[in-house]
Amino acid sequence: MKPPPFAWTAPQSLDEALAALGEAGDQGKVLAGGQSLIPLLNMRLAAPARIVDINRLTELAYLRTSADGVRVGALARHTDVELDDAAYSVQPLLRRALRLVAHPVIRNRGTTVGSIAHADPSGEMTAVLALTGGTAHVASAAGPREVAASDFFIGPLESALQPGELLEAVTFPAFAPGTGSTFVEVARRHGDYAVCGLAAAVRVSDGLVTSARTAYVSVAPTPLVLDLTEPVRGATAPDADWTACGAVAAEQTEPEPDIHASADYRRHLVLVLTARALAEAAARAGAEAA
Amino acid sequence: MTEQQHEVDVVVNGVPHHLSVPARRLLSDALRHDLGLTGTHVGCEHGVCGACTVLLDGRPVRSCLLLAVTAAGHEVTTVEGLGTAEDMHPVQRAFRECHGLQCGFCTPGFLTTVAAFVAEAPDPTEAEAREAISGNLCRCTGYQNIVASVLRAAELTREGGATS
Repeated sequence: MKPPPFAWTAPQSLDEALAALGEAGDQGKVLAGGQSLIPLLNMRLAAPARIVDINRLTELAYLRTSADGVRVGALARHTDVELDDAAYSVQPLLRRALRLVAHPVIRNRGTTVGSIAHADPSGEMTAVLALTGGTAHVASAAGPREVAASDFFIGPLESALQPGELLEAVTFPAFAPGTGSTFVEVARRHGDYAVCGLAAAVRVSDGLVTSARTAYVSVAPTPLVLDLTEPVRGATAPDADWTACGAVAAEQTEPEPDIHASADYRRHLVLVLTARALAEAAARAGAEAA
Repeated sequence: MTEQQHEVDVVVNGVPHHLSVPARRLLSDALRHDLGLTGTHVGCEHGVCGACTVLLDGRPVRSCLLLAVTAAGHEVTTVEGLGTAEDMHPVQRAFRECHGLQCGFCTPGFLTTVAAFVAEAPDPTEAEAREAISGNLCRCTGYQNIVASVLRAAELTREGGATS
């Protein structure tokens, strides 16, 4: 189908965009990559009165990488983030997760910041922001504010963004030295939405596990972050009982069933994939020690 | 209701075009209905099937997930811009040689996607070739000949087949 009619404006500067969003209020919607918004328009599941197209704000198509983390501007495409070697060296989870985000052709257009603003509980980058303890940099005509990842995701497709606000950038902090990470998921086909997926980070100090944390997609209304350190604290990475961590995780998730998977199957995947991901992250922890 | 029209200047297959379209006109429809370039096929209109894939400034994107007004000022390459019947693009030659199509509906999307892929990865493994086309659906071939076509297209590209 075709999108319903809407008023369209393509501001040339951030100030113009914020003024347009402020004026549009709750009738306004930001268009960046459009890989989630335009399907919703085409299927008539969304009908915003005004669309503020930020694709001309090329000053927001940036990646700023420092030793502390990677700040991604609102117009950086997934592909740009995925291929950026500096970003990979500081926060390798970005590239690992992005390779699971839809298909390359979608990543060419879709933006990382847009996928976070969309707050889809099956969106891989929401889990990456949650696990890294990242920050949302929000702009509006009233001035900027920052929202911690833990406060940003409110529910399925619902974020802390208010009418008139633009998610201008997000920051993905680097992990502590000695941390290894991975992103694993099960999908029906490569590039499909995950039936269950998770980002995992394991920290190893002097050969012993000091931290094991995970963040899940597709099993909770918002990216679910769990600290699973207790069963493996102080174990050497090769001997750690990662399945025990998986069991703890499975107890703490209440997945919903849908046509692709029952709740029980999703919980089973939480157990298996958690153990697998933590083992993989732990194996990398030595190699990625800074 | 008369919708507001927007003026769009866009270069398609190297030719500058001027369009006057409502904001909600999808690029796929602008190409087909406003410019008469019906080589770009429209399947699902929500980004799943890949039939409408075109190159935007050289990168493959879904033309059904892009507003024509957003494409203003950019360069679009459709399947018509890849080659002609007399002077085919190496990817088109490969699909013909390897029987990489049957009904042909999905083919324009495969050709544009693969053209960009082999330009960036001229020596792909079979697994990489499969991943490259994972966002394009074909209901006829069972994909085996399409994968063979991707590998053959890469081979032709390595041989400098672009000048055929």
